[in-house]
Amino acid sequence: MRHLPWRASALVTAVTTAVITAVLATALTGCGTGSTTPGAPGSLELSIATFGEFGYEDLLIQYQDTHPGIKIRHQKTGQGGPYHQQLFTRLGAGSGLADVVAVEEGHLADALAKSRLFYDLAAIGPREVTGDRWLDWKYAAAKAKDGALIGYGTDSGPLAMCYRADLLAAAGLPSTPDAVKPLFANWDSYFAAGDTYRARTGKAWFDSDAQIFDAMNNQLATGYFDTEDNLVVETNPGIRRNWDAVTAAGERGQSAGLTAFSAEWDAGFLAGAFATKTCPSWMLGVIKAQAGPDNAGRWAVTDAFPGGGGNWGGSYLTVPRQSRHPREAAALAAWLTAPEQQIKAFAATGNFPSQVEALTSPQLLGTLDPYFGNAPIGRLFAAQARKVSAPQYKGPGDGRIQENVATPALRAVEEGASPAEGWRQLVNGAKKVAR
Amino acid sequence: MNKFYGYLFIAPFFVVFVVTGLFPVVFTGYVSLFSWELVDGSPRFVGPANYLELVADDRFWTAVVNTFSIFALSTGPQLVLAVVLALALDRRSTGWRVAVLLPCSMSLVAVGIIFANLFGPNYGLVNTVLSGLGLGRVDWQGSRIASHVAIAVMVNWRWTGYNALVVLAGLQAIPRVLHEAATVDGAGRWGRFVHVTLPLLRPTLLFVLVTSTIGGLQVFTEPKLFDGQPGSNNGGASGQFQTVALYVYQSAFETQRLGYASAMAWVLFGMVAVLIGVNHVLTTRSTGAANH
Repeated sequence: MRHLPWRASALVTAVTTAVITAVLATALTGCGTGSTTPGAPGSLELSIATFGEFGYEDLLIQYQDTHPGIKIRHQKTGQGGPYHQQLFTRLGAGSGLADVVAVEEGHLADALAKSRLFYDLAAIGPREVTGDRWLDWKYAAAKAKDGALIGYGTDSGPLAMCYRADLLAAAGLPSTPDAVKPLFANWDSYFAAGDTYRARTGKAWFDSDAQIFDAMNNQLATGYFDTEDNLVVETNPGIRRNWDAVTAAGERGQSAGLTAFSAEWDAGFLAGAFATKTCPSWMLGVIKAQAGPDNAGRWAVTDAFPGGGGNWGGSYLTVPRQSRHPREAAALAAWLTAPEQQIKAFAATGNFPSQVEALTSPQLLGTLDPYFGNAPIGRLFAAQARKVSAPQYKGPGDGRIQENVATPALRAVEEGASPAEGWRQLVNGAKKVAR
Repeated sequence: MNKFYGYLFIAPFFVVFVVTGLFPVVFTGYVSLFSWELVDGSPRFVGPANYLELVADDRFWTAVVNTFSIFALSTGPQLVLAVVLALALDRRSTGWRVAVLLPCSMSLVAVGIIFANLFGPNYGLVNTVLSGLGLGRVDWQGSRIASHVAIAVMVNWRWTGYNALVVLAGLQAIPRVLHEAATVDGAGRWGRFVHVTLPLLRPTLLFVLVTSTIGGLQVFTEPKLFDGQPGSNNGGASGQFQTVALYVYQSAFETQRLGYASAMAWVLFGMVAVLIGVNHVLTTRSTGAANH
């Protein structure tokens, strides 16, 4: 009879996780904040929850050394997806979250939609921490409609272009970081170069439609939602224009049809299946890991990006209302997101700082990357970070539309659906998320 | 006093069952009558609205068809293969019997990731072999039926050995004298298989069918991990291999509509119950027949 419970467990999990999570969350509150004796000096315990690598390990030890009486518990989760799913479940349950909670840019809109569940850091944070610590767009993106600041910016993901210098050279295209810039001046020149590359090599220009579409859409003044949270996917001409341009390029053979972060995509880096990659700072590490040492020196990066620039990724530190020590938590978050600390985090993990002062640090500006032909990546991404314009307004569900609706719809087109069918899938799916 | 201890000793099962089995089932039914967002302090009573919406939801019916298609592609071949395997194991040592159970003991997640790699449309081993043999490449992700086959292969790989052992047990319960009598009557090997083994195996096969039905209609991990987009609950770019269980999960934790997901879970429960009912009727009849 083991047969039955094993497979049945999948559904039982699905249906009961909510209940179990609620129960667990209640139980976990005990370890989260309850173990503190309020008022007793030298026994304050703060918890901080992060996902992936924030590079905070040494910094947290340093903070405890310089702040006797504060003990910090660091809850690390590997993957961002499950981390944020749990975050919003616990936010709904009303308990179980850490005192300082990291939120990724793509999930920020959902957090902003529930801004009443977070503290306004402008009100409870240290007074000397003001907006001019961060790049304007980074700071502005964490402001709720009512003006509350729900997060201090940590790192960012300014976009540059990565490309296979050897493949471009073999196709007779310019290949040095300076000479390729005209190819990446705007989206028209980018797709035109793709046609040339395709005609001369028969190979794909970019990895997948969705990676290009997202970057293009993020450059629009208005995205999937207007500032009143109305879904405008059907009426926003920019989105339709981008859709047509990307799917047309894909149909002309420019897309390798490899879904980002899939095993096939990983293999595509090894096989040289595509010649260019939209490249936020953290993508350098991904390329190094996937393309491997055999391709060292073949990949290059340049400080040009079609249509100007953009940002993909980066996080914020928030203090949820559940926290019992909001002021201490805000102080910790403020300290961690100070330029000095984020430069140390950059040295530890390569996470690119979002603080104005950090972008002029000699240590950061001097960073070279031998894998990418000794590209001056510090200086390069600092320049790209300054090119990011005012952030596009993200409505609730924005990230989910991009990730779970637009990406599959474009994939369906790559798998053989017509662009018109894919568009319908996007519109209907977006309506479902926005309802 | 004895009575008291008796209840005490069986209590752990019932306590666990009520907390993790019965309560969630009943509570899910309650939630299904509400518009209940995951992060929401104020669920709103909507009566049967979730169920009505479900009936009109194309995505749901696609998922139902997918579920039954994957179920048929896995349960059918599994039964046949399990019988063949059981016949082969009947004359083999215990070591072989343990070996067929190995796939069952592997982590489902590891299996899912490996099979998704094997069936990769561009760089997967299966397509490399197929094109090496001069056969065409198959789009295991994009093509609806091909993706169902791939997922069914995953399910079969995992469960055929286990089912073979169940069939083997049934096989060995058949009195040898019946085979001897049939041999005396002039039946060959095939004749004995068709007229002695198969009829007496029917109750066992129906048991296997019931358990495969319950499992097969709730396939979740395989399609979730098979999706090329990591973490996706879509079951393929346009839901071509999204099962009902996966859609339940997506509705609850991605779209965050607990009420809608609960209604779907109850409909799935109903479907399984109906199929089990059919199986039960068949089992009772055939067991009756076998006893005569």
